[in-house]
Amino acid sequence: MSIVVGEETKLVVSGLTGREGSFHGLRNRDYGTDLVAGVTPGKGGQEVEGVPVFDTIKESVEEAGANTSMIFVPARFAAPAIDEAIESGVHTVIAITEGIPVLDMLNTYWKAKEAGVRLIGPNCPGVLSPGKANVGIIPAQFFDPGKIGVVSKSGTLTYQIGNELKQAGAGNSSIVGIGGDPIVGADFIDVLTLFEADPETELIVMVGEIGGDAEERAAEFIESEVSKPVVAYIAGFTAPPGKQMGHAGAIISGSSGTAQAKKEALEAKGVRVGESPTEAAAIAVETLAGLGRGSA
Amino acid sequence: MDLLEYQGKQLFAKHGVAVPSGEVAATVEEAVAAAERVGYPCAIKAQVLIGGRGKAGGIKIAADRGEAEEHAGAILGMDIFGPRGEGPFRVDQVWIEGGSDIASEYYASVILDRGEKKLLAMVSAKGGMDIEAVAEKDPDALVKRHIDPTREFDAAAARSIVEEAGLDEDARGQAAEVLARLAEVATSEDATLIEVNPLIVTEGREVVALDAKVTIDGNALFRHEDLAEIADTADDPQEAMAKEKGLTYVKLDGNVGILANGAGLCMSTLDVVAQAGGAPANFLDAGGGSKAEAIVNALEVIVSDEKVTAILFNIFGGITRCDEIAKGIVEASAQLDLEVPLVVRLDGTNSAEGLKILAEADLPNLRQEKTMLDAARRVVELAGAAS
Repeated sequence: MSIVVGEETKLVVSGLTGREGSFHGLRNRDYGTDLVAGVTPGKGGQEVEGVPVFDTIKESVEEAGANTSMIFVPARFAAPAIDEAIESGVHTVIAITEGIPVLDMLNTYWKAKEAGVRLIGPNCPGVLSPGKANVGIIPAQFFDPGKIGVVSKSGTLTYQIGNELKQAGAGNSSIVGIGGDPIVGADFIDVLTLFEADPETELIVMVGEIGGDAEERAAEFIESEVSKPVVAYIAGFTAPPGKQMGHAGAIISGSSGTAQAKKEALEAKGVRVGESPTEAAAIAVETLAGLGRGSA
Repeated sequence: MDLLEYQGKQLFAKHGVAVPSGEVAATVEEAVAAAERVGYPCAIKAQVLIGGRGKAGGIKIAADRGEAEEHAGAILGMDIFGPRGEGPFRVDQVWIEGGSDIASEYYASVILDRGEKKLLAMVSAKGGMDIEAVAEKDPDALVKRHIDPTREFDAAAARSIVEEAGLDEDARGQAAEVLARLAEVATSEDATLIEVNPLIVTEGREVVALDAKVTIDGNALFRHEDLAEIADTADDPQEAMAKEKGLTYVKLDGNVGILANGAGLCMSTLDVVAQAGGAPANFLDAGGGSKAEAIVNALEVIVSDEKVTAILFNIFGGITRCDEIAKGIVEASAQLDLEVPLVVRLDGTNSAEGLKILAEADLPNLRQEKTMLDAARRVVELAGAAS
């Protein structure tokens, strides 16, 4: 098994006729993802390299059996596009778009919640289940199939850690980029819940960064609900207070939300936190090897 | 994006929240002229994006022309430090407003609660002081209520909050109206934080916002032309230059210039440089899919900071292709006459091609390192001690 995306994924890409959408959508198909449709209003009936294009996501669900939607629509039009996906009948929406106004996402978040649709992102690299499916922009060559689940606020940092795991001979069940915006769909707790229930995942690596209290909440959750070992890495120890570091979510307000506070909260609940991505990967590999020997 | 007090008050006034009338001034002469028009007594308030201005001497009351001149002269140009040592924040502008007769001081705010994914309204009868201390010592004195995103938040909905907070009975109607209007500012102006401390009741029993802290969502500026203009006035020369070139840049105090791709990897790079004993000069996220031109622009911004004595490139290519980055480095070296050493770590998509381009260019001041940690150690060594 894997989580969020896998062999059962039937993908529809909004904006497949555009440059970004076609590049990544077709790249996802080349990896083995079942790309069943594209959507561009007004271009229904066309094809992109053999993939049928529909006017609406709903049509792609009804006619091509799509169950997962990927959104590449530019920021100012993205929230309505996500809303359309939520109402279309797919069970999962993965929003890659960066820079969506936070209040737009506030409304969209609750729409997804009420509809019971799993929303990943926005401002995230997507989800990769190595050997099965890739939905988004995660470069799959840095990840092998394996037993480590990764959940991360950051894209490039995830690739960095994935690459270190691969070089150490470890692989991944799934890699989930949840995005670094203040309001995202699935959060650490949602993804930890999925990994805990996934028989293929034996260890979880969690990559956080300054801002908000999602890591602190996750620490509480890990203590009571997660039996699998969790290794963490937090970025942003040298970020000055009050300065925005690229992701809208990474704003420190007061003492809470600092990297130090997050590290302490996680360590207090028995989660080992690496000082660098390299160290986090090394701890994960070492812990997994310990599990392999049956020492637990 | 944070607004200065007077910008926040202008936004409040636009949405019908009562604020003292006043004027902004950048010189002592302008300040005195403004004070003459506003009348005495008037408040002369430093316009900086940090709390604790009053304690730092940045807010003074002037009783006459002589005092207005004296206070404006003292406040303009002063450096203000925040309560946690943030800063310095140089005072370039003062806001002069009419003095208010204060009968009561309240606190009111509307902020985005990321955890609950809702707007949160907070009201207290104990305004005018450090609200974090109030929340800690007397939590019941601060009433917090989430705003239901599916329903209109009007004065009637706000009424129960001000009642629970125990505001003076005759001020509750106006205070509820103010709270509803603040929520309207949040939703219609894309503000993620609005804080009024103090929200006062005057002797004439009028509810007035005496301060304004407002944060606007930078991602929403495309639909607020007036606010976008404010955003264009970055005060730091490197930050202004970066903004013009469409780069995400934050200036820091050290001497190690940093360029990475992705906000997370860039933050992590700052951390490992600090762990290696160095002091980062900046945060610069070149973004996903950076092309050679973006790299030239980024390097130009980094080297324009004279404190920079060495630069670290930490690139892990996902959608970003390392060969594009390498081309950018070679082009930048040709165009910019780089004098400081560059340490480059290229990994990920097309890294072999990228490394080949760098090897062929054979730049005299460029060193390659294979891992992020080795690269951090090397750049710290080359940068020398921060002066």
